[in-house]
Amino acid sequence: MRFMLLFSRQGKLRLQKWYTATSEREKKKMVRELMQVVLARKPKMCSFLEWRDLKIVYKRYASLYFCCAVEDQDNELITLEVIHRFVELLDKYFGSVCELDIIFNFEKAYFILDEFLMGGEIQDTSKKSVLKAIEQADLLQEVWEKIENLAKILETLALFIKQ
Amino acid sequence: MALKMVKGSIDRMFDKNLQDLVRGIRNHKEDEAKYISTCIDEIKQELKQDNIAVKANAVCKLTYLQMLGYDVSWAAFNIIEVMSSSKFTYKRIGYLAASQCFHEGTDVIMLTTNQIRKDLSSPNQYDTGVALTGLSCFVTPDLARDLANDIMTLMSHTKPYIRKKAVLIMYKVFLKYPESLRPAFPRLKEKLEDPDPGVQSAAVNVICELARRNPKNYLSLAPLFFKLMTSSTNNWVLIKIIKLFGALTPLEPRLGKKLIEPLTNLIHSTSAMSLLYECVNTVIAVTKIVLIIVRINILSCTVVKYLGLLAMSKILKTHPKSVQSHKDLILQCLDDKDESIRLRALDLLYGMVSKKNLMEIVKKLMIHVDKAEGTTYRDELLTKIIDICSQSNYQYITNFEWYISILVELTRLEGTRHGHLIASQMLDVAIRVKAIRGFAVAQMAMLLDNAHLLAGNTQRNGICEVLYAAAWICGEFSEHLEDPLQTLEAMLRPKVTTLPGHIQAVYVQNAVKLFAAVLTRRETAGEKQAAQETTEMLIEKLPQFVQSADLEVQERASCILQLVKYIQKLQAKEVSVAEEVTALFAGELNPVAPKAQKKVPVPEGLDLDAWINEPPSESESEDEKPKAIFQEDEPKHSRPRLTELDEQELARRREARKQEQANNPFYIKSSPSPQKSYQDTPGVDHIPVVQIDLTVPLKVPGMPISDQYLKLEEERRLKQKQEKKDKKKKKKKEKHGKSRRHDSAHTESEEDIAPAQRVDIVTEEMPENALPSDEDDKDSNDPYKALDIDLDKPLADSEKLPVRTHRPSRTEGLKSPDVDTTAEEQRPKKSKEKDKKKDKERKVCYFSGHKDHLFNLLQNPSNHQHLNYKVYDIQGNLQDGSQVVVSVIFENNCTDFLKSMEFNVLDSLNTRLVRPSGASVHDGIAVPFQLPPGVSNEARFVFTVQSIVMPQKLKGTLTFIVKTEDGSTHEKLDFKLHFTCTSYLITTPCYSDAFAKLLESEELKVNALKLDSINMPFHHLLAKICFHHHFSVVERIDSCASMYSRSIQGHHVCLLVKSVSMPSCGQ
Repeated sequence: MRFMLLFSRQGKLRLQKWYTATSEREKKKMVRELMQVVLARKPKMCSFLEWRDLKIVYKRYASLYFCCAVEDQDNELITLEVIHRFVELLDKYFGSVCELDIIFNFEKAYFILDEFLMGGEIQDTSKKSVLKAIEQADLLQEVWEKIENLAKILETLALFIKQ
Repeated sequence: MALKMVKGSIDRMFDKNLQDLVRGIRNHKEDEAKYISTCIDEIKQELKQDNIAVKANAVCKLTYLQMLGYDVSWAAFNIIEVMSSSKFTYKRIGYLAASQCFHEGTDVIMLTTNQIRKDLSSPNQYDTGVALTGLSCFVTPDLARDLANDIMTLMSHTKPYIRKKAVLIMYKVFLKYPESLRPAFPRLKEKLEDPDPGVQSAAVNVICELARRNPKNYLSLAPLFFKLMTSSTNNWVLIKIIKLFGALTPLEPRLGKKLIEPLTNLIHSTSAMSLLYECVNTVIAVTKIVLIIVRINILSCTVVKYLGLLAMSKILKTHPKSVQSHKDLILQCLDDKDESIRLRALDLLYGMVSKKNLMEIVKKLMIHVDKAEGTTYRDELLTKIIDICSQSNYQYITNFEWYISILVELTRLEGTRHGHLIASQMLDVAIRVKAIRGFAVAQMAMLLDNAHLLAGNTQRNGICEVLYAAAWICGEFSEHLEDPLQTLEAMLRPKVTTLPGHIQAVYVQNAVKLFAAVLTRRETAGEKQAAQETTEMLIEKLPQFVQSADLEVQERASCILQLVKYIQKLQAKEVSVAEEVTALFAGELNPVAPKAQKKVPVPEGLDLDAWINEPPSESESEDEKPKAIFQEDEPKHSRPRLTELDEQELARRREARKQEQANNPFYIKSSPSPQKSYQDTPGVDHIPVVQIDLTVPLKVPGMPISDQYLKLEEERRLKQKQEKKDKKKKKKKEKHGKSRRHDSAHTESEEDIAPAQRVDIVTEEMPENALPSDEDDKDSNDPYKALDIDLDKPLADSEKLPVRTHRPSRTEGLKSPDVDTTAEEQRPKKSKEKDKKKDKERKVCYFSGHKDHLFNLLQNPSNHQHLNYKVYDIQGNLQDGSQVVVSVIFENNCTDFLKSMEFNVLDSLNTRLVRPSGASVHDGIAVPFQLPPGVSNEARFVFTVQSIVMPQKLKGTLTFIVKTEDGSTHEKLDFKLHFTCTSYLITTPCYSDAFAKLLESEELKVNALKLDSINMPFHHLLAKICFHHHFSVVERIDSCASMYSRSIQGHHVCLLVKSVSMPSCGQ
């Protein structure tokens, strides 16, 4: 897989992940072009299209378009399943996910994607193990955050006491 | 002070976090840019603080802004700071930011190497995981080289979570640092059988991706994957494996048969459409069974329809007939709502046409053209129609009149961009199909007459390109016109001046051709008055072109105006001018193959890369340079003569070009024809071409060049006339023998369709001695090509992943030749306990320890008059330890043609020639080429060898047929092949430390030999040993060298060569 994009029906980019080195300018150009092409397609149309030398596989979930670019020899249907699996993961993690979840927790969405795909290849085909990894990492983060907050409070208290 | 700190921590609480930022952006829809610029200012402030939490928050916000398209590259250093935080929370954010913002060009990326290495070896698996994930996005060649070893260690980590990530990232590392592939591959292979399914599928993923690019190196893994395929139930993994087999099968046909069964099982049992599709695809590639496709076509959802069409187009390549039966289905798809499905169907149609159904299919397409909405799709239809009709040299067109009328119909399309395409087709057909010219000219004259319809609307200027073709065809083949005067008038209408310049230019030029035709007719009819009227008309109309803003038009028009005025003068004197005017345009044009230029062989001794003048020297200071280039230096006196010659040559060429341009209407078109040629021989079917060889005119002394051309021209015209006469005669004959077919290929089923016209497709011209097969130069930038690495070869000691050491160990390198004394003292001692030696002159060689032998083939003793051959190399086969490849160069010394060469040897027990399966031991192998006189070519023969310790001599015979003018004779030639021990060696590089270890291991047996009477410099000797006996030099110190090689069966062979006194020899 070359890259994955998430964008809304209004053409706002929500997530982008590039698996090959691409310059900022080129990225922007490609995103703009691709959004135009995909958004112009009617709902009944087929989910695959050929674009430049790549194959684009996209699927719309509610107001969000999930869009992947794969190489010529890759299997379109499995890419479609990758998209679906990613949506399922987001759904499980956020609990019936909506666009706002992804907007406000965009870093979480990235973490999930990173656990699921790496370097453009599927990392783990089991939903369970992906979610487990995310949860544990989150737990670790929360523990740190709690300690952090505690330390902050203690620090402030100490200052007050000194005064 | 304390108060300030409290204030600081309270401030921190008021910092915007990510949620606030997102909300803020959503609330400032009108002035988003302004809001974000204030946010960026805040972030810059936050980044200046020492508190890592604040920084991480800022970096997180930056990542969001980056996604919105803002440049955040200025914060790269801060991102690294956050990455290197010891707390997972921040580290995670840092790596995320890095993976989104960093790319190969980011310069600070070098600073991350140590941080990443630290994280990779962190006891916390999530630290490691997050580092691996991040690295997979921004790995550079440098990072890949430095970290490859660390990642390889992680592949055997205790936690499957890490193992799987490490395996996946290896693929990225291989791409960036291909040298790591061989050392890492064994471990990667182990992971295919990892207990954890995640790791296993990751390894399958990586190997399949690698193998897809360079399948031949992975053939040996086929059994392992076969096992996985039959045992795995994971669809994701299965798809990858099946794809891999699809790539492997073309290399190993036996695999195909084995695969059919499991694949058909999967096809019938699976419920996953993606797996089914992959299986079908592979089955198509592998076994070419087509039945299964039906299952896809029954399903009607768009996604599957699309893929069905895609799969069909793959089948089409191998089994056109089976797809042709689905024609109706495909034509139905043309009505589909989805454009991409329509386009796919069009692609299929392209491959489905035959002589029988071409007209029918094109008729249907024309209907679609009429009702298609949207210009892009219509344009696509148009190009497809033209593609379909013109494919493989108009193979399927039986009636060119029909094709011309299709093209004319297409010109009525509104707003198409492909006018030039139609135009070039018209030109091509008219030029190459002689029989059609009459009809084509009539059609074109009609087009020109109705030009206002085409050119009327400026929006439709795409289509007016057609007029270009029409004007040219009418002019060039004006003899076919019924009423040239009418066409001439049509071309000189005032409206014409609104056309684009290049079309007007053609109009002007061809108006004269028509004028010539009119004059001829008038004069032969004796209507002098009418002829003069035409001239006057021309003089009256041409000035509108003389005023044209386009230079080309202006120039041509004024030239021609003067010409016509001159003709008028002559006419006034009652001189008949028609013949002379016609002579201006005599001669015919042949199409030139677009590749012709590329195929011109570079003459021997011409180096296109060499400088013509001396390159400006680097050391010269800037201001001196121009002088050096443009001024002739005193000492360079030898040069001027050369440049003079060049100038002469240039002038001559310029002259020649001008001549051509005057007569070559193709010139305006700036056609791809790189070589213009004059046609010189009568005959219609094949038109040999005399290239203007610039040296020819010069051979006739005492005549200026232009006269030479004039003479050439005159001859040409004479022949031309004759040719025309011939042609007319032929044409008459043709009318009787219409059903004669031209010799292009027909398929059996179509033979009964007789073309409506005699189709004379003039083949495109190629230069003499065109070089064959320069087809597609492979893209050298392909990143996967670097991974084309043989993985079955055992690892050499030199291939290690770089391991970090505190100081780069340069000491080894210093021990090279200059470090004399110490090194020399150590060397001889060591060397005495070792190896063996070798003689250069007789090429007989003894080896101790591990054997080997030399092989040498003498040149054939009986100095045969016809054929000379020599073996120039015998090499071990890298894939197979029991095979050697013998390369033989055959050279034809006689003046006759040699063909049907057969190479045969008498097998010995030990050494056998590998013959195609089914051949008996006494059968020879046909040499796959013929030899014209004086030509040499190389053939390779494979031998299997059992023992590589003994030298061998094989007797053989070469039989061949000599074709002379008065018949052919069978000849044979006996020879002997000498296999010596070193022909089983494979050149393998070896580092001196590995070499020393090998010597210390005492596994080698020692043998020494002294040779006298070798009279050659020591380095020549070494070079010879390296070249003929496949050794590589490990180290050389003065007149002493240690060398290493490996036999095809993996034995080490070490050699010490030492020159004792002046006449060098082995010690």
